[in-house]
Amino acid sequence: MPEEPAFHAARLGGVAPLPKKHIRGRGHRAAMSKREGPTDQEIFSFPDLVFKELLAALCALAVLVLWSVLVDAPLKGIADPNWTENPAKAPWYFVGLQELLVYFDPWIAGVMVPLFIIVGLAALPYLDTNPQGKGYYSIRPRKLVVPMFLFGYVLWFGLIVVGQFLRGPNWQFYWPWEDWSIPKSAERALVNLPVHWGALAVLAYFGLGLLLPAIIWRKMWRSMGAIRYVAAWSLALFMWAVVIKIALRLAFHVKYILVTPYFNI
Amino acid sequence: MRLFSRITHTQLWKSIFRHGFEDTPRNRALAVLTNSLLHLHPVALPESASRVRFTFCLGGLTFFMFLVETVTGILLMFYYRPVPEYAYLDMKLLEHTVIFGMFLRNIHRWAGHAMVILVMLHMLRVFLTGSYKPPREFNWVIGVLLLVATLLLSFTGYLLPWDQIALWAITVGTKMAGATPFLGADGPFHDLFNIHPNNDLRFLLLGDNEVGGNALLRFYVLHCVLLPVIGGVLMFVHFWRVRKDGGISRPL
Repeated sequence: MPEEPAFHAARLGGVAPLPKKHIRGRGHRAAMSKREGPTDQEIFSFPDLVFKELLAALCALAVLVLWSVLVDAPLKGIADPNWTENPAKAPWYFVGLQELLVYFDPWIAGVMVPLFIIVGLAALPYLDTNPQGKGYYSIRPRKLVVPMFLFGYVLWFGLIVVGQFLRGPNWQFYWPWEDWSIPKSAERALVNLPVHWGALAVLAYFGLGLLLPAIIWRKMWRSMGAIRYVAAWSLALFMWAVVIKIALRLAFHVKYILVTPYFNI
Repeated sequence: MRLFSRITHTQLWKSIFRHGFEDTPRNRALAVLTNSLLHLHPVALPESASRVRFTFCLGGLTFFMFLVETVTGILLMFYYRPVPEYAYLDMKLLEHTVIFGMFLRNIHRWAGHAMVILVMLHMLRVFLTGSYKPPREFNWVIGVLLLVATLLLSFTGYLLPWDQIALWAITVGTKMAGATPFLGADGPFHDLFNIHPNNDLRFLLLGDNEVGGNALLRFYVLHCVLLPVIGGVLMFVHFWRVRKDGGISRPL
């Protein structure tokens, strides 16, 4: 039997009492009415879609079974609180945050950064007001938000790669071909910025960072509104600040940009 | 064939299966409508929404990994005791005395990693296709919570083998909780609420000042009961909202 291009509940015959909204949902119909492309035929979920899903699941299961036959899950000696692993690494998906411990105090690397990532991700649909580029792989109509997101995504995995594969005993940097048993020389003495310069730098960074884009791109400021604009750019500035701090540490051996009696940044 | 036909005409059969086998539009629709699991799907959908190269099945495969984890996890629970005296021993018994025990643990471990990777890739796919935009904003938020639930599920499971990797990974990971501003004993402003090592966030997680028996039991309960239930509820809402917000996103 050939595909029926347009499906209607009425064709069900026996189950006709079901109103159409029960089958597709009211929101669905309202949302769909605008964007039905001319060539986009309707197909039945069963078997067309269900079969694809079954195939995907079976392929995944096959890979999983094969992998589990070939590679054993790691298991070291029994847990011993008196014998510290060196290096002691977090699970791989948190190793990026652990890597940030080199550059930040734990309350930033382990608490504020993940918190900002989660809040920023959750807020994304409410901050990105651009209605374009929906429902297909789109980069060109979203020149601002796509690079921003990909920057964070690559940063996340970049830090994981460094922490997971390039850190040895005492969290020292080792290339994969270097021998962990050869100790690394201690890092050069680190410096802190003087308090007034540090405070000025932080204020200038966030002040200008929030002010300049609004002045340069007036249209964006107007279309986003104050709350959206400040929230979105603050999150972006925090993300870039992570990279800036890493660069300052690597290039100029800066430990803290701002030292206060209560916390250090 | 006659026998088959007689079986399919019994009251028992017809009480279970509500549609015939002829390839008719009606039966195709009923196959989805009368099956509680398949009913996650719409009866019909635009052809473009079912293309593998659009979704790469990433969300569905994440869910599939969750199902694999549930099945293998329940089986592992038969062999595992969450106390320091037995946890590591049970790993060894699983490896050496339980038939397919090592295979079971391997699948559980690797499917867990696969789930974390797949959920991150699914998020990238949804982002790149702009599928978080209205009317799907809230479902993206549910998705972010599911990402967090997935990471916590994996993290709590990491401690259970009770080996050196587990102990020190969780020690490193939970040290962060102690650095939380206001609520961690090592965090800034901790003295504001009189927070010290015996009443801070880290102590709440571990039930102790270090990773020990209390932490193992807490992580076990979180891993096997609380987080899967939270994840399940969030998944239920997530899938429901995909349908209610207009199905899989497509070009305007």
